[in-house]
Order: sequence, then C-alpha cells, then structure tokens
Amino acid sequence: MKLFLITTLNGLTLAALYFLVASGFSLVFGLMRNVNMAHGSLYLLGAYIGYQFQEATGSWVAAIAGGFLSMALLGLLLQHYLFRFLEGQELRQTLVTIGISIIAADLMLAYWGGTTYQFEIPDALYGALRGIPVIKVYPIYRLFILVAAITVGIALWLFLNRTRIGMMIRAGVDDRDMLSATGVNVHLIFALTFALGAGLAGLAGVVGGSALSIAPGEDLRYLLASLVVVIVGGMGSVAGSAVGAILIGLTEQYGLAYSPTYGVVYTFVIMVAVLAVRPQGIMGRSA
Amino acid sequence: MKLSRRSLIGLAVVGGLLSSTVLASAETIKIGTIATLEGAFAVLGKEGMRGVDMALKKWGNKAGGKDLVIIRSSSDTSPDSAIRAVKKLVEQDGVDIVVGPLSGSEGLAIKEYAKTKPGVTFINGLSAAQDTTLRDPAPNFFRFTGDGAQWMAGLGEYVYKVKGYRNIVTIGEDYSFPYTMALGFLNDFCNLGGKVANRFWVPIGNKDYSTIVASIPDDIDAIWVGLGGADAVNFLSQYEQAGGDKPLIGGTITVDQSVLGSKGRRKSYVVGTPSAGPIADSWDNPVWQAWKADYKAQFPDGFPTPSLFAHGYFISMSAALTALDKVKGDLSDGHAKYRAALTNLVLDTPTGKVSLDENRQGITDIFLTEVTEAKDGTLYNKVIKIIPQVNQVMNGDRAKFLALGRVGRNVPACK
Amino acid sequence: MKRTDLISPAVIITALLLAAFPLLANAFWLVQIGAQTFIYGIIALGLILLAGYGGMVSLAQMSVAGLAGYSMAIFGLNSAGLGLGWPLPVVIITAIILATIFGTLIGVLSVRTEGIYTIMITLAVATGFFYFTRQNYAIFNGFTGFAGIKAPVIGGYDLRNPVWFYYLCLIFAAFSYLAITHLVRSTFGVALQGVRDNARRMEALGFHVKAHRITAYAIASVLAAIGGILTVWMNDRIDPSSIGVGPAIDILIIAVIGGLGHPVGAFIGALIFTLVDNFAIDLIDRERFNTVIGAVFLFIVLFSPDGVIGWWRRLFKPGSSSARASSQ
Repeated sequence: MKLFLITTLNGLTLAALYFLVASGFSLVFGLMRNVNMAHGSLYLLGAYIGYQFQEATGSWVAAIAGGFLSMALLGLLLQHYLFRFLEGQELRQTLVTIGISIIAADLMLAYWGGTTYQFEIPDALYGALRGIPVIKVYPIYRLFILVAAITVGIALWLFLNRTRIGMMIRAGVDDRDMLSATGVNVHLIFALTFALGAGLAGLAGVVGGSALSIAPGEDLRYLLASLVVVIVGGMGSVAGSAVGAILIGLTEQYGLAYSPTYGVVYTFVIMVAVLAVRPQGIMGRSA
Repeated sequence: MKLSRRSLIGLAVVGGLLSSTVLASAETIKIGTIATLEGAFAVLGKEGMRGVDMALKKWGNKAGGKDLVIIRSSSDTSPDSAIRAVKKLVEQDGVDIVVGPLSGSEGLAIKEYAKTKPGVTFINGLSAAQDTTLRDPAPNFFRFTGDGAQWMAGLGEYVYKVKGYRNIVTIGEDYSFPYTMALGFLNDFCNLGGKVANRFWVPIGNKDYSTIVASIPDDIDAIWVGLGGADAVNFLSQYEQAGGDKPLIGGTITVDQSVLGSKGRRKSYVVGTPSAGPIADSWDNPVWQAWKADYKAQFPDGFPTPSLFAHGYFISMSAALTALDKVKGDLSDGHAKYRAALTNLVLDTPTGKVSLDENRQGITDIFLTEVTEAKDGTLYNKVIKIIPQVNQVMNGDRAKFLALGRVGRNVPACK
Repeated sequence: MKRTDLISPAVIITALLLAAFPLLANAFWLVQIGAQTFIYGIIALGLILLAGYGGMVSLAQMSVAGLAGYSMAIFGLNSAGLGLGWPLPVVIITAIILATIFGTLIGVLSVRTEGIYTIMITLAVATGFFYFTRQNYAIFNGFTGFAGIKAPVIGGYDLRNPVWFYYLCLIFAAFSYLAITHLVRSTFGVALQGVRDNARRMEALGFHVKAHRITAYAIASVLAAIGGILTVWMNDRIDPSSIGVGPAIDILIIAVIGGLGHPVGAFIGALIFTLVDNFAIDLIDRERFNTVIGAVFLFIVLFSPDGVIGWWRRLFKPGSSSARASSQ
C-alpha cells in the first residue's frame, strides 16, 4: 500500500514535469502545425542557460527566470527569422527542426561537455517532508513540481480563455484562415505563441534539471515524452496535455515499481493503443 | 559535358584510393587506437587518449628501435561504431597493432572481429566485459586491465566481515557492465553467507529513481550501488531527499572523483561508503604519486587527478610498447615472437605488477577504498587495503566460477 | 522508364565503374564504403518512396531493417549459441516476411492520422522497439544483442569475401533501384503521388487512399528488410544500438541530402553520408561530425529541398523542372 501510494505520487509529480514540457509543444503544434522536433533541445538549452544564471547570481529563482526568458527569446527569433518563411510547409518545418536539434545537441555537448549538472535548489525546497500518513516521508521538491505545474496550467488556461491574445491564439488553433481574415496580425500571434511554447520548455528544463539533473541526451528524452504525451492526450489542447502527461507519468512509475524490465516500453504501448482506438488523441478533436 | 564530369569524378575516386593506401616502411610500426571520442562519453575517451600519450611520451615515439605511427580512431560506445573504427584501422590504414576499445560491449565485438584477422594483434584499451577473455577468447586479443568483476575484489568480504552487513539490495543500470560488477561483488559476499533481498535493474537512461527508492525494503543493512557518474549523482541526491538513511556500497565508478567532485550540494552522506577498483587516487605509493604528477604536468587541462581511463589506456599502451622493445620490433611470422613476449610479460605499472593468465587476461592489484572527509572538508577515497594479484576468477576455483554462468541480471544466484 | 534512359552513356559508364570498382579498391573501400553505401541506399530508397512519392516521412525504416537483421540471428545461427539454426533460405524468407509485416503494421497505424503526425508516430514506434530489444533477453538478447551472424557461402561464392559481398550488395542495390524507378512510373506510383498531392481528390476519384499508402509502407519494408539482412552480414552482428534513434535519423538525413525527388537520391545521399562518416576524423575533428552533418542537412532542407540531385539538375539540365520535392 505504501509503495503504491508513493508510486502514484511519483507518477503524478513526473506527470507534472511532462505537462510543463509538453504543453508548449502542443500549443505550437496546435496553432502553427509545426511539429517542433527541437523542443527537447529547448528544454536542455534552457536548463543549461538557467544553470549559468544560477552560477552568476547564486539564485535559483534567477535560473528559472533565465531558463524561461532565454528560450522565449530564442523562440521569438526562430519564428521571426526562420519558420515565418516556411509557413504552410509543414514537412519542411519539421525537417528544419530536426536539423536544428542535431546541431544543437552537438554544440551543447561541445560547450557544456558530457558532465552532469545539478541545480542548488533553495533549502526550503530541499529534503524530505516527514510525518505524512502512510507514506511517512516524501521529497518536498517533487511536491513543489506538482504545485508549479498546476499553477502553470491554470495560468495558461486563464491566458488562453480570459485574455484577448489568448482568445486569438485559440481562434487560430480552431481556424487559422478565419483568424487572418479578421485582420489580426497573425505573425505577431504566431511569434508570441512560439515564444511562450519555447519559454515553457526552458522553464521545464530548470524545474526538471533541479529534480533530476541535466546531461546530454535529456533533449531526446523530453522530446519523446512530449511526443507521446501529445499523441495520447490530443494535439493543441492544454487539457489534453494534462491528461496525456498523467497517463504517461503514472504508467512509467507503475512500470518501474511493478515490472521494471519493460517499464519504458509500456508508454509506447499506450500510445499505439490510443492511436488504434482514437487517432486524434483522448482530448483531441477529429480533424 | 556530363560525361566528362563523371569521368573526372571517377578519376578523383581512383586517386583517392591510391593516395590513401600509405605504404608502411619496414622501419615503422603502425598502431591504431580506438577510444570514445564522440558523444556523451567523449570526455572519457579523451582521458583514455591521455594515457596513450603519456606512454608515447615515455617511449619517445619509438619502440623496439622503430618509429611509431599512431592512428587514432573514434567510436561512440556502441559495438557497431567500434567495428567501423577497427575495420578502418585494420583494412584501410593497415595497422599492425590495435589498442582499444573503451566500453564492454565494444570489447566483445572487437574480440569477435580479432578472430577474423589473425595477422593483427589486439590489445584491449579499458573495456571490462568478462567474456571478452573468460569464455571463447581470441588468440590474438590481449587484456592487461581487469574486468568489472575483478575490480570488485575484496569488497564483498570487507562489507561482510568488517561492516557486518548481512542483507543488502543492489541497484544498477540494466546492462552488462553493472551485471559484471555485481557478479564480482556478490561472488564473495554470498559465498560468506550474505543475502540479496532484491536486485533493481534500472533501464538505461532512467534519471528518476524515486520509485526505486520507495521500493527498497526497510529491513536491509546496506545498498550496493553500481551506477556511475551522472546516474550515481542522481540516485544519491534523490535517495537523500527521500529521507533514505541506509549505508551505501559503491561500484567502481559510483563514488569516484568525478562524483565526489561534481558540482552541487555537498555529498556528506556518502562519507564512509566503501568501494573497489583498479586505482586509488590518494594512494601514497611513490610510483603512483610520480605517475600522477606526470599526468598533471603533461595535461594541465586534464582531470584534477588521472581517472581509471587514462590509467587503463596507459597500461595497455605500455604493454604494447614494452613487448615491442623485447622483440626489437620484430613482427615477423604473424607476430609470433611479439605475442609470446606479450603473453610472458610482467609489466610494472603505477599500480603494481600485471601479468597475463592462460586466456591472455590481466592479473592485477585491486584497491579497496572508503570515502573519507579530508581536513579541508573535501571528500576523497582513502585506501583501506590492497588486494594483490587478483585473477579473472577472483582467485577462486576456475570451474566453480565458470559454473556461475555468463553475466546476467540474476548471476550469481546467491541462494 | 524510357529505353533511352537505360542505355544512356552516363548509365553505362556508372554501371561499368561500379562493376570494375573491385579491381581498384581494397577490402575497406569495397565493404565499408561500397557495400555500406548500397545498403544505406536500399533502406533510404524505401523512405524516398514513402516520403518523396507518398508524402509520409517514416522514421521507422531502420526498425524494420533491424527486425529483419534480428530475425537472421534468432532463426539462424549466432555466436551466443541462441539461434534456432533453421536452413538459410527459410531464415531469409522468414526475416523478410516478419519485417514486412512489422513495417506494414506501422503503416496501418500511422495512416490512421493525417500527414505530419506520421513523423512523430514512427519516431515513437522506433524508440519503443529500440527499448524493447534492449530490455528483452528472451528473444533479442538485450543490450548485448547477437554476434557471429556470418554471411553464407552461396553457389561457391563466399560472401564473407569483400569482393563477393560488394557484388551481392551491388546487385541488390541495382535491382531495388530499377524496381522503384519502374514502380513510381506505374499506375500505382502515379496514384501514390496523386494521394500525396491531394488525398481528398483521389478519394473522390474512387482511389482507396489508405490502401495505396499502406502498400507503399509494405514495399518500403521489403527494401528495409533486404538492407537489414545485408547489414548483419556485413557487421557480423546486431544489437539495440544499431536501431536506435541515431540510426533512424541517419536514414532520413541520407534521403534528404540525396534528394527525395528521385530514387537515385538514396544512393547519392548514402555515398556522401558514408564518406563523411568514415573520413570526418581525418579531415575535421571527429567530435563535431554531428554539427557538420546537421548543418549540411539543414542547408539542404532550407535551400535545396530536392537535395544534391536538385543541384545537379539545376547545374546540368537547366530548364528541366524538379518540382517533385518534399515541400507541399
């Protein structure tokens, strides 16, 4: 029972991390049909740059801000100088992002090396919370990720549903042609969305890097996690990302606890099953 | 127009073929090296090459009266890449001797390849898989370094007798190198009567150990951790954050200098963790200290202290060159004299003497160490004991050792 | 294919050069460069059919090739002593059939969604299969994989001999190339391109869109299976790292660099990739191989969507259009 509860909690906290990464990926795809295969690279680069911020300032909050802002800026630049010219060419956009991810992985390896980096998280978040019924102790930081993801999720929802720009983005997800026909500056909306998606990846990089660690190869891991989460949950929907993340996070952790050998394979089995039954994803609308 | 251009390209290709076949003169000996110079483990490969360079400097790029031509080649720890690299060295560059590779599955692949190239002599770099030499060895493959099981010599006995541990769990990544180390450790530990409550094999690349930590039973005495580098750091910090308080036992690369010196929060909870391996950084032996000083002098931008990769490649290259000196560079008759010299070599290394067994596998000294806090607060591995001249069957009965079976998730059975 | 194409001087000279290559080259050039190029080319040829003519970029070609390679070890012989040791022809046929079924199933799965999803689904399937082979010891022998899968002696020709192995790969490459060149001009090929350009219209015209797509997957899988079998014979071995994400992306790089617009692109891309892969360490720092290959890839995607053959056409055949590019 204790193991089951801890594993469930672990699954939910991992899901929180996956949600942070995947929501940006899903948003960008939903609006621009851009399958950003460099999303994992943004995660890892955001983490590294966040680490540099912490080195320079000694502040973990600065690392979070640095990870988010640097990647948001990079996303803005990428959209403005590159993807803008490839609009409507979905396959080429995707191939370009694959090229970027190959180069980015290699350059990050050249600059930061194969070493593992760990953030120094604030003392308030470090260590174990004791005295919890049944499970007794649980790491504080993992609970923090859960809170962070819920906060980001609510903020995203409010942004998309309660602000003018957010509503435009949603309108764009539903019908791009209609949006541009209403005279809205579509380029601006696209650039903002890409910046937000990239920034979320960078933010997740620091949050995830603090829970686990940052090292080469994490880019691919979180790209795959994002892919599976949005395929399962449904593209372009924040709620879909949440549902997908919870499903995948729990599967991974139950797998590790009860059947470690094939734990990593189960998530892919779920993906295949969802595709077979509901190709557009659990929360996705059919095309 | 089109035609003539194609012919030009054809000529260029032919030209390329001819020019790349460099003729080896009788006065030079070609040695090819393979190390992991690309990918996430490039740092380790570079470190291995530092060992090669130290040996070359010591010999002045000459051995047996002949000039040495060194051709460096790279892999990425996958067997496929090692095979690509070795084929280029042997079939294109025409090397006489290969020194490498670095990782276990690469070593197994190159051993198989060696069997198809009887005219070339292969000397292992640092790869530490057991069956590279224990079962079905290649007659022209020599390994002067230990395997993963040998590196664990003495650790099982130490934690059973001195630390008094009786019931443990093991944690390692789910592939052959950690299996091999676990075999070496458990062989002694279980023979004395120790028990393994559970063995956790974590999928490679997994960074989230929280659920494994939760699965560790309460009634155990200690945890053997066979993770290395990044994974070790991850596990150790997650274990501490989850309130874990069981003592740890380290594999060869679990609490090495790269982990103890890694950036981040201080790792005081690893103080007292015993481990074993082919080198011990803080050993006060003058030969070792002199070699360490050489390393620092030659590579000011290298590691703070030489790692087992520099050490392993240095030994392998030194063995290759010492034997060349002995036969005065005579590689005639299919390397017959050279191989005899290698087989009978007793090599003095910075970590004691090394000789080969009947499968051409090194018999080496192993260091038993414990993480200790220095006066200035830094952590280092203090030498507890040196286990002299450990052979591949852990100095036990060969038939009995072979009967344990090939390395795997549940070997030895430990019943 | 027009008769004149087949007997054009360029084709004859290329064929003669390839046939005469063993007179000039050593074992390394024959196998590591020559045979490897043909093998990569055959696997990438399947991707060109899928992506260039069908508009479906699959990253699972290497997984299909891998399953064929694994089948050779599992049903045949390997040095771990775990093979079933069936007779060679049976093993080869089983390998091709299993791989084709696997590839077709991937196709069935990925055509359930539209267009751009394909690349994500196939990458996820490829990764899932990679993890499975690494974790599974009962069938795939886990992390270690299999070694000692030796190329056989057929009709007195020892295929482990570099010259014969080179010719074997050459024959399969030539055969695959001719077959695909012919196929894309057949009714099926033209319909597939119609599906690529406007699936809805083809549906309205009475074509079974999904059936065409899935058939393309099946054909690409046969090519991948041939490539996979030749690969294990060349390397003597297979393990999960042979079919990981890196190799999967390599096939895409090869096809895109060569050019998705024509079957010959597969082999041109394969040759460039193989040369860079083997000689990068002599020319540039081996460590930055990925930056170089990634930059070339990016450059081609951005500025010459029809790859190297696109340049060729623009340089030497001004006026001839090469609109069959990946951009849609």
